[in-house]
Amino acid sequence: MCLGIPGQIVGVTDPERKLAMVDISGVRREVNVTCVTINNALEDLVGQWALIHVGFAMSLIDEAEAALTLKALHELDEVSDTLESIEETKTMLGAETQSGQGSS
Amino acid sequence: MNEMSKLAVGRISLAHGGGGKAMHDLIDQIFAARFKPQSREDQARLTHPALVEPGAQLAFTTDSFVVSPLEFPGGDIGKISVCGTVNDLAVGGAQPLWLSAGFILEEGFDVATLVRIVESMVCTAEEAGVTIVTGDTKVVDKGKGDGVFINTSGIGVIPPGRELLASSVKAGDVAIVNHRLGDHGAAILAARGDLALSASIASDCQPLNGLMEAVLRAAPRVRAARDVTRGGLASSLNEIAQEAGVGIEIEEGLLPIHPEVRGVSEILGLDPLYLANEGTLVLFVPEADADAALGAMKATSAGREAAIIGRAVEAHPKRVIMQTLFGGGRIVDMLVGEQLPRIC
Amino acid sequence: MKYVTEFRDPTAAKSLLGAISKTIDQIGATAEDPVRLMEICGGHTHAIFRYGLDRLTPQGLEFIHGPGCPVCVLPVKRVDECVEIAMKPGVIFTTFGDAMRVPGRKKSLLDAKSEGADVRMVYSPLDALELARTNPDREVVFFGLGFETTTPSTALTILQAAEEGISNFSLFCNHITVTPPLRLLLEDPEMKLDGFIGPGHVSMVIGTHPYDFIARDYGKPLVVAGFEPLDLLQSVLMVLRQLAEGRAEIENQYARIVPEEGNPASLAAISQVYEPRPTFEWRGLGEIDKSGLRIRKAYAAYDAERKFDVGYGSSKPHQPDMESFACGAVMTGRMKPFVCPEFGKGCTPEHPLGALMVSSEGACAAYYQYADMRPEGAE
Repeated sequence: MCLGIPGQIVGVTDPERKLAMVDISGVRREVNVTCVTINNALEDLVGQWALIHVGFAMSLIDEAEAALTLKALHELDEVSDTLESIEETKTMLGAETQSGQGSS
Repeated sequence: MNEMSKLAVGRISLAHGGGGKAMHDLIDQIFAARFKPQSREDQARLTHPALVEPGAQLAFTTDSFVVSPLEFPGGDIGKISVCGTVNDLAVGGAQPLWLSAGFILEEGFDVATLVRIVESMVCTAEEAGVTIVTGDTKVVDKGKGDGVFINTSGIGVIPPGRELLASSVKAGDVAIVNHRLGDHGAAILAARGDLALSASIASDCQPLNGLMEAVLRAAPRVRAARDVTRGGLASSLNEIAQEAGVGIEIEEGLLPIHPEVRGVSEILGLDPLYLANEGTLVLFVPEADADAALGAMKATSAGREAAIIGRAVEAHPKRVIMQTLFGGGRIVDMLVGEQLPRIC
Repeated sequence: MKYVTEFRDPTAAKSLLGAISKTIDQIGATAEDPVRLMEICGGHTHAIFRYGLDRLTPQGLEFIHGPGCPVCVLPVKRVDECVEIAMKPGVIFTTFGDAMRVPGRKKSLLDAKSEGADVRMVYSPLDALELARTNPDREVVFFGLGFETTTPSTALTILQAAEEGISNFSLFCNHITVTPPLRLLLEDPEMKLDGFIGPGHVSMVIGTHPYDFIARDYGKPLVVAGFEPLDLLQSVLMVLRQLAEGRAEIENQYARIVPEEGNPASLAAISQVYEPRPTFEWRGLGEIDKSGLRIRKAYAAYDAERKFDVGYGSSKPHQPDMESFACGAVMTGRMKPFVCPEFGKGCTPEHPLGALMVSSEGACAAYYQYADMRPEGAE
């Protein structure tokens, strides 16, 4: 139902019917770009990425937002690495203190 | 090709299947002129030294081909009719020798296309080192056939001492494929006009007997091999798992798949594990011999992209599980019905 | 593949899963008393199982599969009507692939095809329109189902047909909208839901504001999610964080594709061609007000219901659908697929009893295909 896949618009094929050629991982298909065209300027779409669903470009992909999302995902990576090392240090220090106490 | 090899008419008619002069002209000028059978008897009479070696086995298989479109990037129905049968013999460890070719032609079928298909068969047979020694032709009314259907049966010989059986696969055995998955299926889908997809994917259609011989020389203890055709890798693996009573685990990250095949699969919501191949096999070999088998494969032109994709395991017998890139496991079942594009 | 592969990166998944685990602990959820999140979209159900997210996430998190598969929520008789239209002489019945194997009362579209009906699978409604152009002597009908994701595509196709004056094309409109069933589920005292994973591509069309009532009136959080595994995991984390912090808001994880205000051209096309039906019948939920769309009078020439006298517009008396098996309960998340007595026994992908086992976005198909939950394999 929601099967959409990002594709890059590589050329305008029929300005009257609002059709453009889209490239999805090397596979090409003509799609309708009514939903993503602003002021009838189809040529402006060339090079842009869009979400393709059943033969229609439904939404342009916002590169900045995509980058932000990925950044958040990877920051989590760094944060969690930091947290992990904090935990490990704590455990290690805790163990040393205990053994210190135990041996006294 | 000289004028003698051309039929006087451009299209097949019912007369060409009637048993009379028209049919003899068709056989003479289209089939016999190219397949060049030894005699014009009703049967081929054949001998081969390998067949009479004590312990040798005769291998025999048959397959019918109904692909549409008839011609597609990377091949045509003729090429796959030869490769399909050659490969079904090869995966059993047999040396393919002779093929028969039965044609069911639709009234109105274009003769020039038929000629191209027959020439493709001749070419492929030569490449595979087999001969097409006998055949048959029928013509059906217009509308009762998809242009042409082809049946090929094949005879080969399995040398003494060689026994490849799916049931021999044991836990610990390594699974290897020789080629990327899904090229043929994706090429056919793209070649069908109704999905309006254009891609540069070509079918992987190719004979695999050379590759099998090379692997069996380097790793004689190969347990079993399967030609991955309709139903894709998933179905072949399930067949083996069922026969052998073992579980099979494959790793998503190890599966070789062409980016355009991924593209077609993503657009249509298909799973490459279920897409057809026509020049790809999967084989199981004891772990100790895996490197030798892989190396031998990669040294052949049909096995350049060979890859280890998983192994047989004791866990979950008769089930095939795939470790996803995420570390989760999911079942890979046999294909049910036809893989319908998931779109909405 | 750009914008896909990066969102499937397994290393980032590890950290997300770790954070999800921590937050589940913070909330104090356990396997016996889990956080219950409903994903509404069939594509999300499919993705969760394809990537094994249900097994990778902790036991304290339970996914409830909502009525998000447009094929699954259709009453059986809509399929019967499709078959009825398809069997009429001269008709080329076109549909998305999924719908072809759904069983009707007597047969599926695939069965009808094997009996001689001209049923064809197409990728796009535009391809169906092209069939109408190239087959002027045939009547081409397109089975228009789907939530708001797909509605603009059929609306724009009808507008294109009208512009060209094509007269042998019509749409059998079964479009539905996503918020009415949600409201119904939220009103149900037996449904215990803590939050929602919102449908990414529906929202691409309608924006995020239609969900405001969920937070405002019911105090539940909803995060609009993308479809790659990292999108889903990040969205789950965002909902869990809201729960941990006592918030209830509508957030947008899929901002790279979902604009807050939706897509103006899509919304304009939808309202030009369609209008809400007073009620529409959903499998398992009964009649829901204003949940279905029909073609406006101005485009009556493209309305298969009028052309073939079927559906809500037909002259025949309206009969409620017969309830078959447990499909309704599973589809609304009240029952898990493997609890259904037919699951894996009388109902399998080879012999499906209902749409949920046929449609690859149906919960039953997802469980059967991907999850290790077959009756024989039960541990």
